[in-house]
Amino acid sequence: MSEYVNITIDDRQIKVRAGEKLLWAALDNDIYIPHLCAIREKERPNAGCRLCFVEIEGDTRPATSCTRTVEDGMVVRTRTPRVDRLVKTAFELILSDHNLKCRECPANRNCALQTIAKKRGIKLRQGRFKTIVREFELDESPDDFAFDRSRCVLCGQCVWADREVAKTGAIGFANRGLNRVVTTFRDRPLAESNCAKCTFYADVCPVGAFYYKKAAE
Amino acid sequence: MQLLEGEKELILACVDEVLSNNSKNRENLIPILQKVQVRLGYLPPLAMEKIAEGIKVPPADVYGLATFYNQFRLNPPGKHQVKVCLGTACYMAGGDITLESFERRMKIKESETSPDRLYSLERVACVGCCTMAPVVVVDEEVEGKVTPTRVDGIMLALNEENDKSNLEQEPEQGRMDSDELK
Ligand code: SF4
Ligand code: SF4
Ligand code: FES
Ligand code: FES
Repeated sequence: MSEYVNITIDDRQIKVRAGEKLLWAALDNDIYIPHLCAIREKERPNAGCRLCFVEIEGDTRPATSCTRTVEDGMVVRTRTPRVDRLVKTAFELILSDHNLKCRECPANRNCALQTIAKKRGIKLRQGRFKTIVREFELDESPDDFAFDRSRCVLCGQCVWADREVAKTGAIGFANRGLNRVVTTFRDRPLAESNCAKCTFYADVCPVGAFYYKKAAE
Repeated sequence: MQLLEGEKELILACVDEVLSNNSKNRENLIPILQKVQVRLGYLPPLAMEKIAEGIKVPPADVYGLATFYNQFRLNPPGKHQVKVCLGTACYMAGGDITLESFERRMKIKESETSPDRLYSLERVACVGCCTMAPVVVVDEEVEGKVTPTRVDGIMLALNEENDKSNLEQEPEQGRMDSDELK
């Protein structure tokens, strides 16, 4: 098998490394596909955010680009009516329990949700689904950063950084369904956990859930 | 939740035993948690920490798993266990109001246990007698049409029973005798 394959995305022919996932192939070539949960180094993608849909010629239905490996001759479309509908619904669902107050948010203007909204022309404030914003205690226990779970989109970036970069194992997902959260063992404040307070979380969080206290001032 | 006298030793012994009888890998986490819960009645934090240590995963992962599945409980079963049905029929008939009444009376939230371990409160899905909605299972007894007034009645009966058993005998030993471990 050759090292590179040729694929076509939105009528553009590109040469990409064989074995690469479609999402990264596109992003590397400045072709935008919305995404929140994809982690390049992770072998088995979570594919939880459902934002990265594309249509591949020959497939009967849209596929998540973070899970699809490129194949030679693949013809891909990032915008079709079916893709747009799927992405819009996923986006609305993600926002339906999001504490949307951009002006008070440390991630304002540097937020993945805002980027998706802008690139895809979807409003952040939407009305189709009932909004359920859960009450959370703000965790300001670490010195340099804080954690506001009402803005968390459960993308898993922080958990990955915690395990694979910081190698701490201080946080993880807990509970199920609407109550799903990122938290520490027994839901304690971060400072009471084995969190090394290395600020990786704040670096990787694509929204304003983990943030530097400095940024909030 | 405060540990009872001797409970710490019991937990440590139990986890040790279960770990030594099972291969210590991640895939075994669920069966290990199940076995520990069968023996202890619940998954105390200390047990979760020791299990995490034993199979070398972060305690946060054990916690994540234990909070994901309904079968795991993080609080000890009370002397009296109340299960409020929130299946479709019971929910429609006001099961959530029944649950709230119990929460207020017991001064605990759903899935918690009172500090004296007299009461524990849970929500369950359909228990199979929807015609009696809203249904509550008190210890092993099924109670139908449980309105907030009926909740008061149930609590009164339970309290009386507790007072009586307190008079008749010395305070009970922790329900987990070390014999049970064998
Ligand atoms: S996380 Fe992004 S979308 Fe949410 S409030 Fe902050 S800036 Fe706005
Ligand atoms: S805290 Fe941020 S990085 Fe972590 S799961 Fe939530 S949104 Fe993702
Ligand atoms: S990036 Fe593909 S599902 Fe989230
Ligand atoms: S829904 Fe409660 S018994 Fe069926």
